[in-house]
Amino acid sequence: MEVLSSLATGFAVVLTPTHLFLIFLGCLLGTLFGALPGLGPINGVAILLPICYTLGLPVESSLIMLAGIYYGAEFGGRISSILLNVPGDAGAVFTCLDGYPMAQKGLAGPALALSGVASFIGGTIAIVGLTFFAPLLASVAIYFGPAEYFVLMVFAFATIGALMGSNPVKSLIGVTIGLIIGVVGVDSTTGVLRFTLGEAELYDGFEFLIVIVGFFAVSEIMLMLEHHSSEDFEMPKITRVYVTMKELLYCKWTMVRSSIIGFIVGVLPGTGASIASAVSYTIAQKISDKEGTFGKGDMRGLAAPESANNACAGGALVPMLTLGVPGSGTTAVLLGALMLYNINPGPMLFVEQPTLVWGLIASMYIGNVMLLIINFPMVRVFTKILQVPYWLLVPSVIVLAFVGVYSVNMSTFALLLSLILGVLGYFLRKLHYPMAPVILGFVLGKIMEDNLRRAFAMSGGEIGIFFQGTINYILWGLTLFILFVPMISKMIAKRYALAKK
Amino acid sequence: MRKSLRFVTSVAAIVTLSSALNAFEVSKPVCLAPAKPGGGFDLTCRLVSNSLSASKVIDKPMIVNFMPGGVGAVAYNHVIGQRSNDPEMIVAASTGSALNIAQGKFGAKYTIDSVKWLAALGADYGAVIVRADAKWNTLAEMVADLKANPKGFALGSGGSIGSQDWFKAAIIAKLAGINPKDMKYVAFEGGGEALTALLGNHIQIYPGDIAEFSGQLSSGKYKVLAILSEERLPGVMANIPTAKEQGFDAVWTIWRGFYLGPNVTEEQYNYWVDKIQTLVKTPEFAKERELRGLYSFTKIGKEYQTFMQEEEKKFKELTKEAGLIK
Repeated sequence: MEVLSSLATGFAVVLTPTHLFLIFLGCLLGTLFGALPGLGPINGVAILLPICYTLGLPVESSLIMLAGIYYGAEFGGRISSILLNVPGDAGAVFTCLDGYPMAQKGLAGPALALSGVASFIGGTIAIVGLTFFAPLLASVAIYFGPAEYFVLMVFAFATIGALMGSNPVKSLIGVTIGLIIGVVGVDSTTGVLRFTLGEAELYDGFEFLIVIVGFFAVSEIMLMLEHHSSEDFEMPKITRVYVTMKELLYCKWTMVRSSIIGFIVGVLPGTGASIASAVSYTIAQKISDKEGTFGKGDMRGLAAPESANNACAGGALVPMLTLGVPGSGTTAVLLGALMLYNINPGPMLFVEQPTLVWGLIASMYIGNVMLLIINFPMVRVFTKILQVPYWLLVPSVIVLAFVGVYSVNMSTFALLLSLILGVLGYFLRKLHYPMAPVILGFVLGKIMEDNLRRAFAMSGGEIGIFFQGTINYILWGLTLFILFVPMISKMIAKRYALAKK
Repeated sequence: MRKSLRFVTSVAAIVTLSSALNAFEVSKPVCLAPAKPGGGFDLTCRLVSNSLSASKVIDKPMIVNFMPGGVGAVAYNHVIGQRSNDPEMIVAASTGSALNIAQGKFGAKYTIDSVKWLAALGADYGAVIVRADAKWNTLAEMVADLKANPKGFALGSGGSIGSQDWFKAAIIAKLAGINPKDMKYVAFEGGGEALTALLGNHIQIYPGDIAEFSGQLSSGKYKVLAILSEERLPGVMANIPTAKEQGFDAVWTIWRGFYLGPNVTEEQYNYWVDKIQTLVKTPEFAKERELRGLYSFTKIGKEYQTFMQEEEKKFKELTKEAGLIK
């Protein structure tokens, strides 16, 4: 088994005191970022990426820690959802539905414990999937030429349009804003300057870090300043922090099913934890909710989204590592991390950077176990952290973010830009525009345009190049499928309802 | 006779003494890399700063600073606009910078003469790279095929149209009698992406840089048909023929050099010229240059300034010829 020997090399990379410490730190910080309402995995990675880079950490160490923040945040997001009915991050919205009622029933402790185990199972299933699926995809990825990448991006935008959240129109507007920001700078095909206003600092376009710090740190902080302080929350009492075997077995199929759903949703480019947990919750409800207990503190309703959002994090790494295409908003930031280190993400990553890729995968096995361990005895500590006063939290976050941006760009112009984007992001959020589509539009739009033009350069302007080869056929098929899924499922639901009558 | 001799010596003594008192000496030398850490400009700066301190030619440590933006445009504007008389700072540059300046991309009002060119200290050369299982074994075979079927093969490299990567492709196209405007050119982001595309047969010819490629030489996946240097390169590259010896007039040098602000004094400029001249003779410098995969390419002071004016002229002509400016 080649995969297993590669994985062994990965463990050899990870099993050093430094890396074990970095995994621990990443998981801890991740849980923290996840637990604090408002801050989520994207914010965590966005704020710490420039710092890792400035500290001179080698790329695999940085990535191991940042990935720890990513899946750690999916773990931590459940805490405030259960205790306060305030989702810690976007992926934990559905955790509130049954988690908070459980807490109200005096079952806060078991809810935290069960969701911890569910997160662990989701995470682990996803990493196993990643371990075996990613090399498989990587070996095919070499056949992805510009035309295939373009069609893949069409598919990605279709998934965003079809699946994104409660307000598809706002999601699409968000994507468009991302596309507009991504257009600024030197056109990579002809070298023509676009929308740079004669400002040399804009020749390279909006630096990725500036955009994410603007949208995910600055705007977030403005919202935090405006909102009430966390001190007004009333914490429910936490009793026993463990689950019984009976409770676990009760949820086992829900957890396995939701993990697989979460992984698959994660692999699809352009989706994310919020979609994964929404889909898995809905399916769990359809299958299991015979007595109508979902939404009133059903354990399966808690386990489903938690397994799914953790599995999604693992799944989202698959397209990122194999194709250089982000599976979610946070992986878009991790992709930026690779590029910051001058590493070309793409199909050759598995061949050229085996220690990086397998080290990362191995670190996730360890990280998941660590998270499970951290989360049981320390859950009380995290609930205390939820009460950290904002006057302490807000300035620390903003200082970290700005120090990071400055140290990478060495320019005050960069700080100004991220402030401007932060203000823009603030207003967008006030108007309830989701931010993930903006960042995906920004990243995917560039990949899409570049590959469209490369494909045309190769074919001499013939459009037929997009309809050749098996990969393209499959991708077009998937695109049509994803576009029509909502319609078809609505039709079926209608028929079903009619038949029932 | 003796009197006049004494007079001459004392005058000479006074002159040397006074000039020694006034002589410029750097206190905090800086090399500005106009990019993010880790790229080619970083490497260029490290070459000088490491070899200067290893050979003790300048005993103060040289710091490397970074100013990313527009492949050097931000730094060029910054140096001319705000630090034009800073004698402590040298700035890294390359063939790409000269090309951008010639094309007016660093600002329409700036030319090559807007700064003082100090020295070029090393070079990489263009190379024609194809897949290992490609049917061609010589440049002539490839050019003949390209001539017979200009639309049949795609060239791809790591830069946009008009960039130095594109010019390497344009030169190859011209060998086959193809107008560069009509060639199938695919612009990738960096050489790595182009190599991957070559492997996937999405492009058939990759005009790359030989030192940058050298890590892949032993992988057995690729074949180098020709190196675009004047003469054969030393070391592992000695077995690869140049385009010239295969009968094609195609040379592309990617030199790496430095410039100073336009308003540094003649004395300060000469100070740097002296130091660099001493530096290039040291074994430490040769070692550092080799370590960075660069080939010998040395032009210092006035020689470099003249070279740069020729480069500007050459690039302007090439750009016009390729139909990129009217």
